[in-house]
Parts: sequence; structure tokens; C-alpha cells
Amino acid sequence: MKAYIIKRLFHSIFVLIGISIVVFIILHLTGDPAALLMPMDATPEQVAQFRQEMGFNDPLIVQYWRFFKGTLRGDFGQSFRHNQPALSLVLERMPATIQLTLAALAIALIIAIPVGIISAIKRNSLLDHLGMTGALLGQSTPVFWLGVMLILIFSVILQWFPSSGRGGIENLVLPAITLGMYSMARTARMMRSSMLEVLGQEYMKTAKAKGLSPQMVILKHALKNASIPVVTIVGMELGTLLGGAVITETIFAWPGVGRLAVQAIYNRDYPVVQAAVFILASIFVLVNLLVDIIYTYLDPRVKLG
Amino acid sequence: MQIFEQAAKSLDFLTEERRAMRWRKIWRKLLENKGAVFGLIMVLGVIFASIFAPLISPHDPILQDVEKRLLPPFWQAGANPAYILGTDHLGRDILSRLIYGARISLVISTSAVAFSAILGTIIGLLSGFYGGKIDNIFMRLADVQLAFPFILLAIAIIAVLGPNLQNIIIVMGITGWVIYARVIRAEVLSLREKEFITSIKALGGSNSRIIFKHLFPNVVPPCIVIISLEMARMIIMESALSFLGLGIQPPTPTWGGMLADGRVYLFTSWWLATFPGLVIMLVVLGINLLGNWMRDILDPRLTQL
Repeated sequence: MKAYIIKRLFHSIFVLIGISIVVFIILHLTGDPAALLMPMDATPEQVAQFRQEMGFNDPLIVQYWRFFKGTLRGDFGQSFRHNQPALSLVLERMPATIQLTLAALAIALIIAIPVGIISAIKRNSLLDHLGMTGALLGQSTPVFWLGVMLILIFSVILQWFPSSGRGGIENLVLPAITLGMYSMARTARMMRSSMLEVLGQEYMKTAKAKGLSPQMVILKHALKNASIPVVTIVGMELGTLLGGAVITETIFAWPGVGRLAVQAIYNRDYPVVQAAVFILASIFVLVNLLVDIIYTYLDPRVKLG
Repeated sequence: MQIFEQAAKSLDFLTEERRAMRWRKIWRKLLENKGAVFGLIMVLGVIFASIFAPLISPHDPILQDVEKRLLPPFWQAGANPAYILGTDHLGRDILSRLIYGARISLVISTSAVAFSAILGTIIGLLSGFYGGKIDNIFMRLADVQLAFPFILLAIAIIAVLGPNLQNIIIVMGITGWVIYARVIRAEVLSLREKEFITSIKALGGSNSRIIFKHLFPNVVPPCIVIISLEMARMIIMESALSFLGLGIQPPTPTWGGMLADGRVYLFTSWWLATFPGLVIMLVVLGINLLGNWMRDILDPRLTQL
């Protein structure tokens, strides 16, 4: 177990280094980061001077090493727009994104898990068909359209919820549903197939043969085993949610990291873009590391290695 | 001699008959599945719309007419029956723009899917067949890529490189290779030890011959399943990029771009944002249904995708 965790840890560090390389490369894709970072109306002399100052004339590997050392210290440079270190700007917005992501995940799981279980138990019933049709619809709806339609119905027509900004719980409802819909649909389908698999196992027959009531069989035996894959789903969905937050935050003017990153891209504020992408990707890596470790405790059959 | 020829002919006839029967069987199975039929109609509809756009569009999709701006769809008061789904803020016909929008959506998503399928299949074949270092490098690369919120990465790269057709296709294509590579690698790993492969090796068949003549045909079915499901994801991604202003630039009509324009007029003219999203959802739903059906026919083991 310990060896597995250490191996997994090294693996994560490797992925983090890979992420830092990609984030570094983004800025160098055009071949001339100085031209990208300077204002459009800068004179060639100004660009050349800036290039010299920033060390863009050094070999790429030297520049990457400098960037990498900066990353370790949490130094992504100053934001051009906000005159503030890029990292602190990203960290300031982090609580909003975490709140939205967790709310979306909670909504997704609270609805998806019962729907998946009921669909599996009442296989091929009307409930099952309804649930799975809903899930398919949820998986086919683009996040940005769902957000816009929820605003149209619940903010413009019914005026139940505000259409933008962050504040009380009423501000959280629409963005969380929007962001959580895709994960909800996918989790419901996975929960259903996981449950169906468990229901076909021998120990389910044993439990029934022992004379346990159907409710007890479902609750004590089926549910416990069927919920193991859900832990992995949570890890995977968190990545989807963090990515989806970029669009959801833009639609609802939610002051999180995703919206900050999109605005930074439009403003060509690349230190902030780099910091945001790096931090979001790192969170995803860490969550998955955690999920894998929890998983080995939950399911000892997992092959270690 | 003549007897041989006759025998060969009758055999040919037999296989032809059998092939026809197989197709008829698949066709019948398709007709049994209402979802798949709906999917097929949707897919053919989009292809038809994009090929014959100039013939079937009632109006010029980029012709502006200020006097006819924001006309509602035909069933609402104040509508002009010549504009069935109404007009946008510049007086352009929504239906015509939707029809032309299918072109961009189809061209970009098919190109991106083709690109990622080729890339991923080659990587999967090489990784699975050679194993060792090559395999390690590609699989770690896959881990790194999966750690990114890819929509954020895609918009960052496209913002740096500039939003043109070629860049959009390449970036979207690169986001997609991992799933092909992983599934095909796993497939090759199990095929590699099968007798028909080991015997070809023993007969002195070259590696490239084994990979392309013997392994490749065996990974085509899972590949087709992934392609069908990836099509849906790519259509959503193209419209997400257009929605964020990083897709094909105006005045060329794109579904995502239309939706973004419509957001501004949500409080007065609901139809601007509603119809493009509805079209995206129906097309994606259709592709998903058709894809699910193809998966059940070709490779039921892939239910997790």
C-alpha cells in the first residue's frame, strides 16, 4: 500500500511537471512572446528592449528553467492588467470557483445517485426510461445554452433567481444546475450500470436466500458495492466541472477563476492565464491522487501497481 | 477449369448474398431502434443542410436589413411570414443562418474528429505493439493532457495563435487523441499475444506489416464507436469556442456565435438564443443515439464511454 502511494505520488509530480511545460509553451507558440505581450502600438525598439529585459533571447531551456523555478515559488509574474501578482489574483478568485464546483457536484450526485439506483432496480420500467431519457438529454445539452435558457426561464420570465453575480444562495442555484447537468447525466448512467452489475452478483442471491427483506438487500449489500465506482466518478467529474466552470462563470458573471482566465485571455494578460491554467490543472491532479488513495482503502481488490 | 470457375462464381454469389443479408439485418435492427432512426435523420439532415445550404436557405444569411430587425418567429404577433424563425438584431434571417451554420459545425467537427482519430489510432497501435519506452512516454503524455480543463487550454492556445479554421481544427483535434490511443492500446495489448499474430511473427512478418495489415483491421470497430461519440463532443466544443468568440469569426454564421449574440437580447427577443442552442442539442442528441446504437452493435464492451 505504501509503495503504491509513493509510486502514485511520483506519477503526480511527473504530471505536474508536464503541466508546467505545457503552460510555458502556450506563451511561446507564436515564436515571439514579446510581440504577444507588448501592446499592439509598441515600437520595434520597445519590443526589442522588452524582449531583452524579460530574457526572451535566452535559449528556450534556460527560459523554461527560470519559469519552472518561479512556479515552485508560486511566482507567475505580475498581471499586466491588475498590477498584482498573477498567482494572488487567481487565489483570490479560487473560493468562488470551489463553491460553484462543489455545489454543482452536490446537485449532480444528490439527483443522479437515486435516479441511477431506481432505474437499475426498476429496470425497463417507465421510471427507468424517463430517467435514462433525461440523462441522455442532459448529456446532449450544451452547457452554455442550458445556462442561457435557465436565465430566460427563471430570471427573465419567472424572476425567481438573479441572472448574474455572486451573493446569497439564490445566486448559486442557476449556475450550479447549469454546471452540474452534464455530470448529473453521466453519473446517473454510470450508477445505473454499476448497480445492475452488482445486482447480478452471486452474493446478492445469497443475501436474498438468507431471507433478508428486499430493502435490506438493496441498502446493505447492493448499495455499498455499487457506490465504489462512484468515488472514481467524483474524481473524474471534478475535472469536467472545473473545465465547465470556465463557460458557466462567463455566462453568469460568476467571479471565479474561469471567468478571470477568459477575461485574461481577451486582455492578453498571459501571466494570469498561465497561473489560472496551472492552478486548475494542479487541483485536478491532486484530487485524482486523493481519489486513488481513498479507492485503495475502499476496495482492497484494486491491483496495487 | 470451367468447373473451378463456376464453383468460384457460385461461392462469390454466396458471399455476396450473405453480405447483402447482413446489411439487411443491420438495417432492420436500426429500424427497430427508434432512437437510432431519429439520430440517423438528424445526421442526414445536417449533412443535407450543409451541402445544399445555398439552395434551401430562404434568405441570404449575412444580408443585413435594419428595417426587419428582431422580427419574432411566425407564430408570434408582429411576425413576417417570410422569416419563419424570425430575424436577429441586424435583420438577418435566423433559419438561413442556422442552415449555413451547419456547414461550419460539420466541417470543423468532422475534420477535428478525423485528425484526432488518425493521431490517436497511430499512437495507440504503436504504444500497444512496441510497449516499453514509447508506450510509457505516450501514456504519461495522455495523463498530462487529461489533467487540463481542455476547454481552457483550447481557448488559451487559439487566443494566442488566432482563431482561423486551421488552428481551430488542429487544437480541437489534439484535445481528442487520448481516448482513441487508450482504447486501441488496450485492444492491441490483448491481440498481441493471440495466435494469429504470433504465428505471423514466426513466419517473419515485418512489424509494420503486422501493425497495419493485421492489428489495424481489428481495432476498426472500437475506433468507429469512439468516432461516433466524439462527433457529439466536437460539435459542442466548436459551438462553445464560437460562443466565447474564439471560433470562426463573424459575419460567417456559427451556431455558437448566434447564441452569443442572442444572449444580449435575451430580455426582449428570446428566439435569438433559443433556436441555435435547440439545433445543437437535437443534433448532438441524434449523434449520441446513433452512436449508442452503433456501440451496441459493434462493441458492447465499450459501454463506459
